[in-house]
Amino acid sequence: MDTTTDIIKVDKLTKKFNDLIAVNGISFSVKSGEVFGFLGPNGAGKTTTISVLCTLLRPTSGTAHVACCDVTKEPNRVRREIGIIFQDPSLDDRLTAEDNLRFHGFLYNMDRKRIKERIPEVLNLVELYDRRGEFVRKFSGGMKRRLEIARGLLHQPKLLFLDEPTLGLDPQTRLHIWEYILKMRQESGLSIFMTTHYMQEAEVCDRIAVIDHGQIVDIDTPVNLKSKYGESTLEGVFLKITGREIRAQGGESSWSQWMRRT
Amino acid sequence: MIGDFWAIYILWLRDLKRYWYDKPRIVASLGQPLLFLFVLGTALSPNFQGPANINFSEFIFPGILAMTVLFTSIFSAISIVWDREFGFLKEVLVAPVSRWAIVVGKALGGSTVAVIQGSIMLTLAPLVGVALTPIIVLKTVLAMALIAFAVSSLGIVIAARMKEMEGFQMVVNFLIMPLFFLSGALFPLDRLPAWLTLLTRIDPLTYGVDLLRGFMLGINTLPLTQDLLVILGFCLVMIATAVFEFNLAD
Repeated sequence: MDTTTDIIKVDKLTKKFNDLIAVNGISFSVKSGEVFGFLGPNGAGKTTTISVLCTLLRPTSGTAHVACCDVTKEPNRVRREIGIIFQDPSLDDRLTAEDNLRFHGFLYNMDRKRIKERIPEVLNLVELYDRRGEFVRKFSGGMKRRLEIARGLLHQPKLLFLDEPTLGLDPQTRLHIWEYILKMRQESGLSIFMTTHYMQEAEVCDRIAVIDHGQIVDIDTPVNLKSKYGESTLEGVFLKITGREIRAQGGESSWSQWMRRT
Repeated sequence: MIGDFWAIYILWLRDLKRYWYDKPRIVASLGQPLLFLFVLGTALSPNFQGPANINFSEFIFPGILAMTVLFTSIFSAISIVWDREFGFLKEVLVAPVSRWAIVVGKALGGSTVAVIQGSIMLTLAPLVGVALTPIIVLKTVLAMALIAFAVSSLGIVIAARMKEMEGFQMVVNFLIMPLFFLSGALFPLDRLPAWLTLLTRIDPLTYGVDLLRGFMLGINTLPLTQDLLVILGFCLVMIATAVFEFNLAD
């Protein structure tokens, strides 16, 4: 794979919501084929950054190039190249698993024969092929997540965004989900941009950016970060960089997530 | 762009599938119009003095069709708010699809479901004495489609601004009920005091009901071309507004 080109290039990106500065002039780049971790406490600006990179929010200032183009100038070209697994569920649970995938394929203007081939492929990858005809509302949280991963990969994106992909899942499911994602990465040279609160998961990243109060505090490989801050775990690094204070921002689920972790 | 047409198709198909999968809703949403048609229709018939040879049930039948279409379309369109709350809207918004295609696909889906519901009601026409010919059926379905598209677009305009389902009851009380009651669905338009006449002329559904009544019973109060032009104009304004709002939401 080509490691010399950047799949994401962000320059002095700022996003304000009225008076609140969610993201404050951040710059970074992600190389093609890289697994890039974006870590930070709740309310640090992770989801806002992802939303700008996936063309859902317009930046207040600064630029972001994703895959091929500028996210504000050619959003549709960017959208074609990326897959996203959102923090919150985004399936139509009144449709079947297969309906959801077919819907996605048509939205991405995939060739109809290709859709027919790809649906069993991605369903097999996440081990949901046998349940393809069932309504999504009957699925457990873990199955829904797996289906979302299958859907995010259906159109074979160059870059996959994972916003806390394993939030609220049991250890078995989390393990499986990482197996699928890393398998995909090996097979297709997919680049991955992920956020997570599970520091063990962040270990798979090639590089990690720690963001706090809308600014990037440090970017490096997991190994370098650990030696730089003199900690044996990423968790230690994370707490050292961002402090021990509990953040007020974030929804109910992220809150309980924190409680369980501390 | 070709991709946008496939997006319209799949958004439309999604609404139809959800409708088809939810059979109890198909039956349940016919309850209200049936109540109006048979209970109100029968109870008020003796006191009704309409155009010659037309009893009250026949008179309100086109109005009841409009009602069915009105309620079904607006509910379908407002499912956008559900989609937003349950996250599905994000899946649509990050797809490489133009905003106008999302709006049109949604409007077509909602209108198709509404026309199907209206057509089920239409099969009851002989029961209340409204004679149907193939031509009348065709014209009626077309009129229903036009009304459905107009109302769906209106629903999308509202849904694009609404962030939570809590606002929904307010929309029903302050918009849908006035739209329905002022439309002349249940009373003739030609014997009203000036203030009420004015209000009925502001209500876009008035023109839809008048169109249906003209096609089915031949007793329209306003010129049919005027009815058609007003509804078409309303469709265009609403669709344009909805597209504008969706582009803004970026």
